[in-house]
Amino acid sequence: MIRYIALRLAGVAGVLLVICAVTFVIFFVFPADPALQACGKSCTSERLAMLHHQMGLDRPIWQQFTDYLVGIFAGRTYGTGPLAVQCHFPCLGFSYQNNMPVWDLMMQRLPTTVSIGIGAAVLWLVGGVTVGVVSALRKDSLLDRTMMVGTLTSASLPIYFTAMALTVLVVQIGGLLPYSSYVPIAEDPIGWVKNLILPWVALALLYAAMYARLSRASMVETMAEPYIRTARAKGLPERTVVTKHGLRAGLTPVLTVFGMDLGALLGGAIITESVFGLPGLGRLTIDSIEKSDQPVVMGVALLAAFFITFANLLVDLFYAVLDPQVRYQ
Amino acid sequence: MSAPPLTEAAGSVPAPAGRSPWRLAGGRLRRDPAALAGLAIIALFVLMALAAPLLTALNGHGPNEFHPEKIDKALAGAPKGAFGGIDGDFWLGVEPGSGRDVFSRMVYGARVSLLISVAATVVSTAVGTVLGLVAGFAGGRVDAFISRVMDLVLSFPHLIFMIALVSVLPDANRKLELVFVMGFFGWPYIGRIVRGQTLSVRNREFVEAARASGMLRMRIVFREVLPNLLAPVLVFATLTVPINIGTEAALSFLGIGVRPPDSSWGQMMAKAIDWYQVDPTFFVVPGVCLLLTVLAFTLLGDAFRDALDPRGGGR
Repeated sequence: MIRYIALRLAGVAGVLLVICAVTFVIFFVFPADPALQACGKSCTSERLAMLHHQMGLDRPIWQQFTDYLVGIFAGRTYGTGPLAVQCHFPCLGFSYQNNMPVWDLMMQRLPTTVSIGIGAAVLWLVGGVTVGVVSALRKDSLLDRTMMVGTLTSASLPIYFTAMALTVLVVQIGGLLPYSSYVPIAEDPIGWVKNLILPWVALALLYAAMYARLSRASMVETMAEPYIRTARAKGLPERTVVTKHGLRAGLTPVLTVFGMDLGALLGGAIITESVFGLPGLGRLTIDSIEKSDQPVVMGVALLAAFFITFANLLVDLFYAVLDPQVRYQ
Repeated sequence: MSAPPLTEAAGSVPAPAGRSPWRLAGGRLRRDPAALAGLAIIALFVLMALAAPLLTALNGHGPNEFHPEKIDKALAGAPKGAFGGIDGDFWLGVEPGSGRDVFSRMVYGARVSLLISVAATVVSTAVGTVLGLVAGFAGGRVDAFISRVMDLVLSFPHLIFMIALVSVLPDANRKLELVFVMGFFGWPYIGRIVRGQTLSVRNREFVEAARASGMLRMRIVFREVLPNLLAPVLVFATLTVPINIGTEAALSFLGIGVRPPDSSWGQMMAKAIDWYQVDPTFFVVPGVCLLLTVLAFTLLGDAFRDALDPRGGGR
């Protein structure tokens, strides 16, 4: 097991290194002049020349890349003398437009994205799995069919459409909730929930549908297994059969997908945050792209890739704990 | 593995006509209401996209004609009249701010949305099928290499990298760029499926036989292996189209999709976000189009999967 974990961690490191290299190529080799982009819309020629030197663009590409890599682990200083800027560990670049290290910028925005993600994930996991399991246990009933048609429709709803429709119906016409904005949970927990309910529901509707279909299919298959029949034959009450024997095997595939979706949530958050105007990482990405603030986009891309690869690793490890048939050598 | 010989059909009973699996699937599809509904919706939108110039000639407004008389300057350009300015002349109202005909823009938007998402699906399916076949059939180092590349592409955060790529690419032909960027991030999914199927077909008797008879490797791949992969590829491609429709809409929604004079459903949604509280009609039109096409392709893909499943009938 330890050997397996070590191997997988090495694999994760390799993947991240390649992603780092690809990101670097996209942002530093493709554009004509990264310094011009870092400089922003109003840029003087002296500032451009200074940035050129500070960013190390006058050095060979491979050296720039190793500088970047070293910076991630050890931090680095851009430029020399009085104009030098400090970028502490973990340095994912420096945003000259915001005059701030990319990492600090991202950490300001992270709580919003995490709040949206966690709330939505809880909603869709509970909602989707409940619908799926109930459907599976009452397979082919009217309830099952209605719920499956419902999930198919809700899986086809574009999130910005749901978002706008919910806001018009619940906020504008119903007047039940405030227009979404971000209130930190530490300041006002009730306000936090009230403001985030709509983004949670909009995001969760889309995912819950997939989870309902997945857990239904998996539960239907599991409940037809011989060991379920054995459990029933030895006289266990149906409730125990379902909860103790059915759910454990039936929900392992759901767990895999959940881990991967959680890792990829940053991507989904981009759209949710833009529709509701919430100041999270997704919003930061879009704003940075509009301003051509490449170091920030690069930082977010790397952070997202890190989440995805790490989530995949965690899922595999968790699988070994949960499913007795899987044992890694 | 092979079908038992039908020897008991003796005497007066005529031997049943042989039916290919594809024909069987066709019969099942014709009896599946969900498949028919999906097909009908897709046909409707494809027709609409093809007949776009005719349809706009019919109502008399091009997609980029401005109608300042239809919007209220005093209200910052909100459409005059109820429901986004719907009347006998403007069937689905006008765009706030510019007064362009929403119906015409929706019809032309169908062209862009469908074309880009289908083309991207073709790209990812073609690349995924070829590389999956090569990996599964060649095995060894080639397989290991292609599989690693697939894992790698899958661990990229897709939306963020699509945004990043499109934003740094030279602004030459945005639609073509979208097709290739979306196709690039889509191929590993189908590649994995094709690789798995190839592995299971590779050592079957008919492939052995072809190899023993001295058939060239390329010919074996295309004549013997590929036909056995068409069913899963078709199912997966059909289910990829709605995902691509959503992605194209999302990219256009975020402002890095198709360029302004062109319209796409996602781009209409993006415009609508500034107006949805004043003029809900304007976001409902593209939203419903997106919902219906995505739903239709999903229904059709599910139906293909059920129909092509050799176990047949029940789910």
